Amino acid sequence: MTQTMRLGGGMIDRSKPLNFRFDGKSYQGFDGDTLASALMANDVRLIGRSFKYHRPRGVLTAGSDEPNALVELREGARREPNSRATVAELFDGLVAQSQNRWPSLSFDALAINDRFSNFLTAGFYYKTFMWPAAFWEKLYEPIIRRAAGLGSLSLAEDPDSYDKGFLHCDLLIIGAGPAGLSAALTAARAGAEIILADEDFRLGGRLNSETHPLDDAPASDWINASIAELESLPNVRLMPRTTVIGAFDHGIFGAVERVSDHLLTPPEGKPRQTLWRIYTKRSLLAAGAAERPIAFPNNDRPGILLAGALQSYVNRWAATPARRIAVFTNNDTGHRTALDLIAKGIEIAAVIDPRPDVTRTGDYPLLAGAVVSNTAGRLGLKSIEVRLASGEMRRLECQALAVSGGWNPNVHMTCHKRGLPVWDEGIAAFVPGETGAQGMFVAGAAEGRFSTADALTRGMEQAIVALGELDRKAHTIALPKAENDTGSITPCWQVKGGKGRAWLDFQNDVTTKDVKLAHQEGFRSVEHLKRYTTLGMATDQGKTANMGALAIMAELAGKSIPETGTTIYRPPYTPVAIAAFAGRSRGTDFRPTRLTPSHQWAVEQGAVFVETGNWLRAQWFPRPGETDWRQSVDREVLATRRSVGICDVTTLGKIDIQGSDAATFINKVYANGFAKLPVGKTRYGLMLREDGIVMDDGTTARLAEDHFVMTTTTANAVSVYRHLEFARQCLWPGLDVQLISTTEAWAQFAVAGPNSRKLLEKIVDKNFDISNEAFPFMACGEITVCGGLRARLFRISFSGELAFEIAVPSRYGDALIRQLMQAGEEFEATPYGTEALGVMRIEKGHAAGNELNGTTTALNLGMARMVSKTKDSIGSTLSEREGLNQPDALMQVGLRPLDKSRKVTAGAHLMVRTAAANAKNDQGYITSACYSPNLGHSIGIGFLKNGAERKGEILRAVSPLTNLEIEVEVVSAHFIDPEGKRLHA
Amino acid sequence: MIINHPLLGPRDAQEFTYLGDANLINRPDWQAEDAVDQFHEYLYQRDNPAGKHRELWYHEAGDRSWLVVTRDTLTHEITGVELARDVALKSGRGK
Repeated sequence: MTQTMRLGGGMIDRSKPLNFRFDGKSYQGFDGDTLASALMANDVRLIGRSFKYHRPRGVLTAGSDEPNALVELREGARREPNSRATVAELFDGLVAQSQNRWPSLSFDALAINDRFSNFLTAGFYYKTFMWPAAFWEKLYEPIIRRAAGLGSLSLAEDPDSYDKGFLHCDLLIIGAGPAGLSAALTAARAGAEIILADEDFRLGGRLNSETHPLDDAPASDWINASIAELESLPNVRLMPRTTVIGAFDHGIFGAVERVSDHLLTPPEGKPRQTLWRIYTKRSLLAAGAAERPIAFPNNDRPGILLAGALQSYVNRWAATPARRIAVFTNNDTGHRTALDLIAKGIEIAAVIDPRPDVTRTGDYPLLAGAVVSNTAGRLGLKSIEVRLASGEMRRLECQALAVSGGWNPNVHMTCHKRGLPVWDEGIAAFVPGETGAQGMFVAGAAEGRFSTADALTRGMEQAIVALGELDRKAHTIALPKAENDTGSITPCWQVKGGKGRAWLDFQNDVTTKDVKLAHQEGFRSVEHLKRYTTLGMATDQGKTANMGALAIMAELAGKSIPETGTTIYRPPYTPVAIAAFAGRSRGTDFRPTRLTPSHQWAVEQGAVFVETGNWLRAQWFPRPGETDWRQSVDREVLATRRSVGICDVTTLGKIDIQGSDAATFINKVYANGFAKLPVGKTRYGLMLREDGIVMDDGTTARLAEDHFVMTTTTANAVSVYRHLEFARQCLWPGLDVQLISTTEAWAQFAVAGPNSRKLLEKIVDKNFDISNEAFPFMACGEITVCGGLRARLFRISFSGELAFEIAVPSRYGDALIRQLMQAGEEFEATPYGTEALGVMRIEKGHAAGNELNGTTTALNLGMARMVSKTKDSIGSTLSEREGLNQPDALMQVGLRPLDKSRKVTAGAHLMVRTAAANAKNDQGYITSACYSPNLGHSIGIGFLKNGAERKGEILRAVSPLTNLEIEVEVVSAHFIDPEGKRLHA
Repeated sequence: MIINHPLLGPRDAQEFTYLGDANLINRPDWQAEDAVDQFHEYLYQRDNPAGKHRELWYHEAGDRSWLVVTRDTLTHEITGVELARDVALKSGRGK
């Protein structure tokens, strides 16, 4: 027998049955169902187990505030834990599993925790598992996490894609209930660009759950007509299945659209979800209100649910949890619920209302002045115990209990920008105060106006005012006639005097006892209460819990509720999958990949690549027979130093600097002098931060009186450019100088080695003389190559060899590398990668990123004399600080192992031979190390206290991390060609 | 956040890089008697107001202008946006 608890009517399509499984068992529901409503129709009341005590639980709500009915939705890689069954739209083939139970939902071994509840109260973990500290991570936490938990992750990669999008509008309307729809119609007819977003898949909000007519017709008639009109207008974007998750600065909102969550798998080319960033001129919060429970003993059994939620199940989904139902209410909602139930043929056991003077509104037994004092039924409600006004106790058989403790306006979004809600005694709830959010209006139940007529009117009024602020005239619209019952309420937060625990936070198992304990132990501020008891810190963020706990704390403290305070609401409104935040930024798409101009050619050569920042660079070029990276790198180094090697150095930052004051400008940003650099020459430049620490280095070439090309390190290309713009615009705005980054505009190759000139002479057009006399070390010039292609040539060297760097417009980079390799055949020209580049610069003692590490000064690098004292440059003043100029300052040195077979490791620290290896005896550290194929052993460079004076000293290089300890000799960092003869060859 | 760029109109804050207090424009005179002290003050001593703050933003993903943005650190309300170059020129900076 299927769907035994299905009623007549409802907004489900009975012609479209949908098959689904829950805990391995097959069921059937209808199109329009949620998982929760379909389970209810199939008489499944027990859906999950609670977090801490493993209490059996069923649905409490009919919306996104659900704390109980959490399931693992879908299978395999798509399995999603902690999914709320109340908002999971049913589809054919849906599979769900209950969670936090073992071995089964109806028999859960860890329900034993419930028996020990006296020990497991708030603060239990803090107090019990404090000692010994080491046990926490290894022993206690894993056990506790296993016992108290939610669903589990699939640990498989998410097979779906997620997207991000940007939208702009005049008015964003959040919530498509009566207020939202009337606002949308008003604004849309005025021609404004509007977005109407609702988290539900069916627009209409609370109207879908109530039976109130509009203009004497079912509310759905008006909803359908309104939606049809809005859909027909080009200035309206309707966004169902879209949760606005947060209000951010300057009218920006975040929203998650569940594009394909209601389908088994996303359609081809469609994302699973889209994270929208919505830029609004004005916004209207019409998010309605959420019902709150009452704390009475054992109020958490399956079958006990909120009255308004029960109305939704009965009216919208034609499903009921029972055939005989009691209602416990302190406001009019419960009475309306009873009438709706009667209309569906459900028997009312009683309406229990603590208000002594309340009267019946229909044909049901009313127990005025009474409260529910206990309940029975382990896996589902069987009966309740009622304390009558007389004090007499009465037991009532019923399989479900509808509870209403009143309604809380959904003020969340008004608080995201530090707005604080204010207490409204009339409805015993917080309503929006100053929102703090730019351009935000509130209408309807979200502002505490609960009647349908009020919602319709306020939506229209607020839309008119909002558009008026945008100088757009909107007119009143004809609104349907609606109920205008503002309702009445007498607060009832808890039932005292009964036996057993009364739940406040269902998901995190926080009871009234825990609040009392928190109060008793001094955790009385709301924020402390939260953290001590974990109240409101579960995935539902305490939407059904916080208000009740606050009221009880207020009572304990003898203060009013507003005096006691409210917690701050923060985004997101409901949980958002990390994947939605990531969007397409996954895997290799996490950030852009930049390819060098010779990339395709390098791929053809079988190069091994390395990521350097966003760039992919060739690391080495293996040849057939080479089995170890060192073989390739050693070969590349030796071939370059023997004949000629070629390396793509495009990734170095290039900044074009022009203007009549260009030289003056460069003189200010480099510590060494540049004013007198002749045209046609290049100079090494040392750039300091204002605090005197080295920022970057590179070469700058003067192509003309008013034209320079500066290079930066690959890593700092962006930050140096930013720094130069700061200097140009903020520090010396009067200089005639212009900057532009040309890193991508020029493909640049280093051609290094004794045969580099001979090779280049085959490429460079004959009218340019690049002989040593005409084009000496550090020369630069604009030339042409390959018969007229414009190019730039720099005679600079990072390897220490006779070397050039040649640049052509990027689109010719691929052609140039092929040309160079072809022309270089007779010299056995060898392409080399970043590893060989690194080996050669260490052999030469050139500083790179490891040495320019953000802590080192010009003095440390042995370049103190480069910092000019006869001019103003950034960093020169503070580089003179005493602390940076101690006599035992670190100085760059070279290091070689005494035992040539031993390996020097970067990161090792230097100790004198006899001293213990500890921080106190630290003499410095090794920054870069490699195997030098030219010397036949390992070498390193590093920083050593007073290093310039310690050549020849034997030290120990110690790395406790890698168990390394070797003896090294302090030598010059210039291992190769210390006199620099090769450079000038 | 949205920064109303004086040349380009409203732009998303994601396009910008933040530096800090706009006082960084007022770089001291290197030849002053107490230049080291002045530079120390300039570089390290910043006000950290709860309220209006004049600060430097760089339109890195845009036109590369440095801007002086007046922003309330409590509400993020932006009450003024100027080209840093104009601010620097007005305060007497030149060559």
